Amino acid sequence: MADQQSPSKSFPLPSSLSVVPGTERAQAAYPYYTQFTASDDQRFWFYNSMHFPEPMSAFDMITAEAAYCALGASSAKVHVIPTTLGIDHRIINGRVYIGGNGVTDPTEIARRVKEFESRAFHYYANWETLYAQWKVKMMTLIKDAQALPSPTLPEFEPLEHVHAGRGVASNHYLLDTYQKTLEGYFRMWHHHFEFLLLGYGAYMTFFAFCKKAFPEISDQTVARMVAGMEAEIFRPDEELRRLARKAVELGVDGRFQEQLSPEEIIATLKDHGAPGKAWLDELETSRHPWFNINVGDGFYHYHRSWNDDLSMPFSALPGYIRQVKAGESLDRPVEQLQTERKQLIEDYRDLLSSDEERAAYDQMIALAHRVFPYVEGHKFYCEHWYTNLFFNKIREFGALLAQHGFFPGTEDVFHLTHFELESAIIDLMNSWSTGSAPRGPDHWPAIVAERKAAIVEWAKHTTPPALGPVPDIIDDPAIVMLWGITRESLDSWLNAASGGNPNEVKGFAASNGVVEGTARVVKSVQEIARLQQGDILVCQVTNPTGAPIFQKIGGAVSDIGGSMSHAAIVAREYGLPAVVGTGNATLRIQDGQRIRVDGGRGIVTILG
Amino acid sequence: MMASSQYVRWFADIGIKDRPTVGGKGGSLGELQGAGIDVPPGFVVSTAAFTHWLEALERESPIRARIEALDPEDLAGITACSQEMRARLESSAMPLAILEHITGAHAMLGGAHLPPVAVRSSATTEDAADASFAGLQDTYLWVQGAEDTVRKVRHCWASLYSVESVSYRRRLKIPEETVAMAVVVQTMVDARAAGVMFTRSPTTGDRSVVTIEGAWGLGSSVVGGEVTPDRWVLGKITGEISVRDISDKASQHVPLASGGIEAIEVPEDQRRVACLSDTELQALRAVGRRVEKHYGHAQDIEWAIDRHSGALLLLQARPETVWSAKEAAPVARAVENPLSHVMSIFGGRQ
Repeated sequence: MADQQSPSKSFPLPSSLSVVPGTERAQAAYPYYTQFTASDDQRFWFYNSMHFPEPMSAFDMITAEAAYCALGASSAKVHVIPTTLGIDHRIINGRVYIGGNGVTDPTEIARRVKEFESRAFHYYANWETLYAQWKVKMMTLIKDAQALPSPTLPEFEPLEHVHAGRGVASNHYLLDTYQKTLEGYFRMWHHHFEFLLLGYGAYMTFFAFCKKAFPEISDQTVARMVAGMEAEIFRPDEELRRLARKAVELGVDGRFQEQLSPEEIIATLKDHGAPGKAWLDELETSRHPWFNINVGDGFYHYHRSWNDDLSMPFSALPGYIRQVKAGESLDRPVEQLQTERKQLIEDYRDLLSSDEERAAYDQMIALAHRVFPYVEGHKFYCEHWYTNLFFNKIREFGALLAQHGFFPGTEDVFHLTHFELESAIIDLMNSWSTGSAPRGPDHWPAIVAERKAAIVEWAKHTTPPALGPVPDIIDDPAIVMLWGITRESLDSWLNAASGGNPNEVKGFAASNGVVEGTARVVKSVQEIARLQQGDILVCQVTNPTGAPIFQKIGGAVSDIGGSMSHAAIVAREYGLPAVVGTGNATLRIQDGQRIRVDGGRGIVTILG
Repeated sequence: MMASSQYVRWFADIGIKDRPTVGGKGGSLGELQGAGIDVPPGFVVSTAAFTHWLEALERESPIRARIEALDPEDLAGITACSQEMRARLESSAMPLAILEHITGAHAMLGGAHLPPVAVRSSATTEDAADASFAGLQDTYLWVQGAEDTVRKVRHCWASLYSVESVSYRRRLKIPEETVAMAVVVQTMVDARAAGVMFTRSPTTGDRSVVTIEGAWGLGSSVVGGEVTPDRWVLGKITGEISVRDISDKASQHVPLASGGIEAIEVPEDQRRVACLSDTELQALRAVGRRVEKHYGHAQDIEWAIDRHSGALLLLQARPETVWSAKEAAPVARAVENPLSHVMSIFGGRQ
C-alpha cells in the first residue's frame, strides 16, 4: 500500500477490456466514434452507471449522444466554463464510459474566466426571467412533440390531402416525423443543460463554504438548507396521496385491492355509479401531466411512464388508503418544512464567527436558493415528460415496421441505432412508392435477435467502475458535481479493490438513521417488484420516481450518486436511512444477505 | 434552606460574577443553576472563610511571609516548606464560626440520610492561569458525613500549598495576599454513566457539532483517562448523530461503601454496550446548547446520569479555550458582486 499516492496508479486500461465473445457484431453496431481506440488508454474514464446502469440497446444510446452533445455545448461553448471543454463518451459491451476533457493551462483558464463571467453572470443575474422563459420553451417543445402525427401508410393517399393540393405524399411524412422526433430530442437536451451546471455550481459554492466554516457538517444538512419545497418532482407522489384521500372521501376505497390490476379496478369503478366516476375524473386530472413520470430515469426505452403503465402508481394506492383511514395526514407539511428550513439557516448563521462571514453566507445562500427551483424542477419536464413522449413516438414507428415484417415485435425497434432506423424507414417509404416488398424483413430480424441476445449476455458481466490512469486532480466541475467523482472517491474505489474490511461498504451519508434488513440487489427496473416490506434496496442508482416503493422499503443503498441525488432527497423526505455513491455495493452485497445501513455515517455493514 | 452567609454561599445565590469569592467552579455551578439547568445541589465555602482561617493561623505563626521568602529555584526549600504548611493546615482546627456554617449547610443537603458529597477546590484565578492550575488542586469524591466533609475542605485549602502550586506562584511572583481558594461542596450523583461534552469539535473546531464522551459509572474514570469512553458527534442544530464509536469499557468508578470511590471491572455483557441512549444524547445536546447560549461561548462540560432517577445533571461547565484562542480568518467575505463567489467552483484551482 506504500504506493497509494503514486500518480502512476491506474484502473484497467480501455485496451485491456474485451468485447464479450459472441457479441462482437452487436458491439460493432454502436457508432464508430463511440468505440474505444488505442489512444484512449492515455485518458481516465469512468463507467456512467449513474445514468446508464444497464447495458444500453443500440437505439437507446441516442440518449448518451444527445446528452453529451448538449452538456459540452452548454458548459464549454455557451457559458465557457473555464476548466472544461466537455465530456467524451465510449461504449463497450453496452456500457457507457465517459471522460472529461479538462483545461489545465492557467493562461487559458484566465482567458476563459473572462468569457465565463460575461455569459454565466448574465444567467445568474437574470435567472428568474430566463427560467420563466425556459418553461415556455419546454412547454412549446412538449406541445410540438405531442402534435407530431402517428406514422401511417394508407393504401391510397387520403382524398382530402389530394383535394387540398398537399402535393407531398404520406410516405414523406414518415421521414419528416422521424427527423422532427430526433431533432426535438437533441434540442430538448440543450434545454436540459441550459442552466444545469450553473445551478449546481451556485449550490456547490454554498456547499463548499459550509464545509469550510463547519468542517463536520453533513452533506444532507447543507442540502436541507437549500432544497425547495414545491419541486415538480414531488408532485406525482403527492397526486397519489390526493387520490387516496379522494377514494376514502368518495367511499370507493374498498375497490382498491392489492391483488387487482389497474384495469380491473378501473372497470369496477366504472360500475360504481357517480362516486366511481368522480374518482376516475380525479384520476384523469392527476394523470395530465403528473403521471408523465417514468419508472426509472427515463434514459431507457423500457422506463415506461405511470401513464403508460398504471401498475406502479396503483400499487401504492392501497397503502396510502390504509394510512388515510388510520387518520394519518398524508399532506406534506410544506409550511412547517419551510419554517424548519428558515430556522436551520438562521441557526447555522448564528454559529458563524463574524458578521463578515455572515454577510458572505447570506450572499451565497441567496444565490443557491435562486437557482434551485430549476435544479429540482427541470427533471420532470426533460427526463420524464419529454423522454417518454420521445420513446413512445419511436414505439409508433416500431409498430409500423413490425406490421410490415421488419421484426417480430414493436419493442424490437430499439435494437436499431437511430441511423439504422432512418434507413429502415426510408426502405419502407420506398417500398410503399415502388410497390415492391421492403428489404427490411429479410435484413433486420436476425440482427435484432443477435443484439437482444447480446444485451442479455452483457448484463451478466460486470464492468470496471473506471478505466485508465487516475488523474492527479479532477477539476471538471461537471464531473465533480454531477457524478460526485473526486480524487478521494477514486482512491477509495482503488482501495476497495485491494483490501479493506470486506464486510464494510462505504459511501456518502445521504439520509440519517440506522436500519437492518434483507438486501434486495436490484439490477433492473423490472426487478423492483421483488421488494418486500422492510427490505433494503441495493441498486446501481436509486430513482426518485420509484417514490411509492419508498413507503415499503427500510432503507436504500446505491453505487452512484451524491447527497444531492434525487434518491437522497427522496430518502430524506421519507425518513429512510440511505447510503449513496458506494461505487460497488451491487457487486459486493449478495441478494438476500442481511445488512445494516448507517445513513448518518455512510456505512453499510454486511452481517451475513 | 439556610441563608447564604459570608462563609457559605448556596449555588442559588451566586453566579459567575462572584468568582473572586466563590472561585470559577463554584461561580459556574451557581450560574448554571440560575439559568435553570439541573446541577446537583450544593454550596461553596467562600474565600472569606479561607482568609479568616488563614489569618487566625497567621496570628499563631506566619505563613504568607514564609512562602514569599522562598526562592523559586530552591526546590528543596519549597518542598520542605510545602510539607510543613500542608501538615499544619490539615491538622489545625477551623474557627468555630466557619465550622458551624459548613456543618449547618451540610445538614441542609439531605433529608433523612445525608447524601455523600463531592468536595472540590474552586480557584479564583483567571481562565488561562486556571488552566495551568488544573489538576494541581484537589477533588474528593463520595465524602460521607459532616466531619469528613470539613476535613476534606481543609485538605483542599492545604493543597494551595502543594509543591507545584507554591513553585508556580513563586515563579510568577504572585503576592500571597491575593491567594485564596473557595471549596465547592456538592451532593454526589451516583452516576450510571458520566463523561464530558464539548460544544465545539475538539478536533476540527467546528462550532456546529457537539462531541460527547462517556463511560459507565462516575465521570472520574473519563476525566482521569482510565477508560476509553464511548464517543458521539452530534449536529448541534440538527441532532444528527454522525459518529458513534462504542468502545470496550473495561473498568468503571463506583462509590465505596466506606467513602471514596474504587475502580471495578465492567460486567462482560456491558462493556461494549453504549452507555447513553439516543434520547439521552439528544437531552445532552439540548442542555449543551442552552449553556453555550447562556454564556455566548463554546463550553467544556462535565455531566452525569443519575443511576436511580435517570436525571441528567451537569457537574461543571467552563469556557472552551483551545480553538477560541486561535480564531482563523473568515472563511469568506462578502463581495461587491455576489455572483463572483461562484468562481471558487468554476475558476479552477487557485
